Amino acid sequence: MRPTLRLIAAMVGLLGIGFATTGWGKILHEERSLYSRIMVKQSGSILCLQFNVRSEQRNQSCIDIRQPRAMVFSYTRMSMSALLFNPNPQNILVIGLGGGTLPTAFNELFPNAHIDAVEIDAAVVKVAEQFFDFKSNEQLHVHTRDARVWTKRALSKPRRYDLIVLDAFNGEYIPEHLMTREYLQETKQLLTANGTLVANTFSISNLYDHESATYADVFGNFINFRLPESGNRVVIVPGTAVDDATLQQRASALLPRLRPYAVPIKRYTRMLIKDRKQRPDWRTDARILTDQFAPANLLQGR
Amino acid sequence: MVLIIYLLAFTGGFVIMSLELLGGRVLAPYFGSSIYVWGSIITVFMLSLAIGYLIGGKWSVRRPSLQRFGSIFLVGAVLMYPLVLFAEPTMQWIFEWVDDPRYGSLLASTLLFMVPTVILGMISPYSVRLLVETVEHAGQVAGRLYFVSTLGSSMGTLATSFYFVLHFEINNILIALTAALVVMFVTATICHRLGLGEARRQ
Repeated sequence: MRPTLRLIAAMVGLLGIGFATTGWGKILHEERSLYSRIMVKQSGSILCLQFNVRSEQRNQSCIDIRQPRAMVFSYTRMSMSALLFNPNPQNILVIGLGGGTLPTAFNELFPNAHIDAVEIDAAVVKVAEQFFDFKSNEQLHVHTRDARVWTKRALSKPRRYDLIVLDAFNGEYIPEHLMTREYLQETKQLLTANGTLVANTFSISNLYDHESATYADVFGNFINFRLPESGNRVVIVPGTAVDDATLQQRASALLPRLRPYAVPIKRYTRMLIKDRKQRPDWRTDARILTDQFAPANLLQGR
Repeated sequence: MVLIIYLLAFTGGFVIMSLELLGGRVLAPYFGSSIYVWGSIITVFMLSLAIGYLIGGKWSVRRPSLQRFGSIFLVGAVLMYPLVLFAEPTMQWIFEWVDDPRYGSLLASTLLFMVPTVILGMISPYSVRLLVETVEHAGQVAGRLYFVSTLGSSMGTLATSFYFVLHFEINNILIALTAALVVMFVTATICHRLGLGEARRQ
């Protein structure tokens, strides 16, 4: 495609997301599940899974049906940069399914890896299968369970993960027992010694300080990955110390493999290298969230 | 004397609902916070209150007094406090033995909350007994008592869910509730000693 055509196509795509996420677009499916209101909307070639009514961009999962692998949202693409720290994960855990974009991508990239995806809402799993072409298989397992309960059970089993993705907050309501020090400690115990954790978290509101302080308490230093153009923040806890040159080498190796997913890994690597030298931009004395003190929803509103 | 009994009934209602809301928080790390966890908690609280009403009513028949009424609060406090110490190991144990989080949360709520809630359920019928003087006013007295104790329950719900959890740790709230029950016991005892608590006989 010529650059101008590509630009036009990209703009049309963006317009589609805009329409699909606002009132525009065609509603293909709507249901009220036990946990949220689920809506599947299509606008042009963009198909979106949306939770609740007053949903922001971060609360949903979209695909472009002309290029179903291309990741539409920046936080999903940003999460893929965890691969820089573990280029060849063998056991992957994804908390929160959404449209199944991340588990499917991992399954395609690492067909031999064992992947567990945990989703509380059976209706979301059904919608992902029906509209987003999500399929579980011998390597990719979906567990319909509360993530906290599943994680506690997994601790008594032998499997440990070299890549864990936390992406459980898909609505306006935050499951508060998934945003506590104890939950992160349990998740940390599921990591292998060199395991990398990546979490899509809150970047706005008062909760940013509390959540960041909680991550810092459990994991020590982490990479606070942010992009200037998006409001997303992705926390990356690298399993091993990787120097800048190695990161860039790995980015070059990953580039062709990540191209179908529209992940600009080289640019992300440059941003990451900058971000990991940053000092905390949150109030480090913010009160840590624990099982005893977990008013995440109240704090978010403040 | 009448005001003291209403104060005690109000506090009883307050503590019951505050405890019930905290119950959701206590169970969440082990059983999640899904609808069945709330189902378990509400079932156990309703059932416990029902049993408490029976026992409290029965116990009020013989030698009712403000002192005995106050002792319900002391026993409630003593049986509620272990939650702070033993909730974790109890839930850990249940978690290991019961796979289904529905029955896990039901068993956990039963073991953790049933006994103190049964005791707190005794408050309402016992306070009716202390306040009723004539049969014709029995309904009016019971109505006022339900009003006061349910008002306490609604305040306990609001205060806990809006404010307490935003500022305090769960265990500290539980300790404060226990302390409130002990204060009610002391208040009742003092009033009894001052001779305010002569049981009214028909």
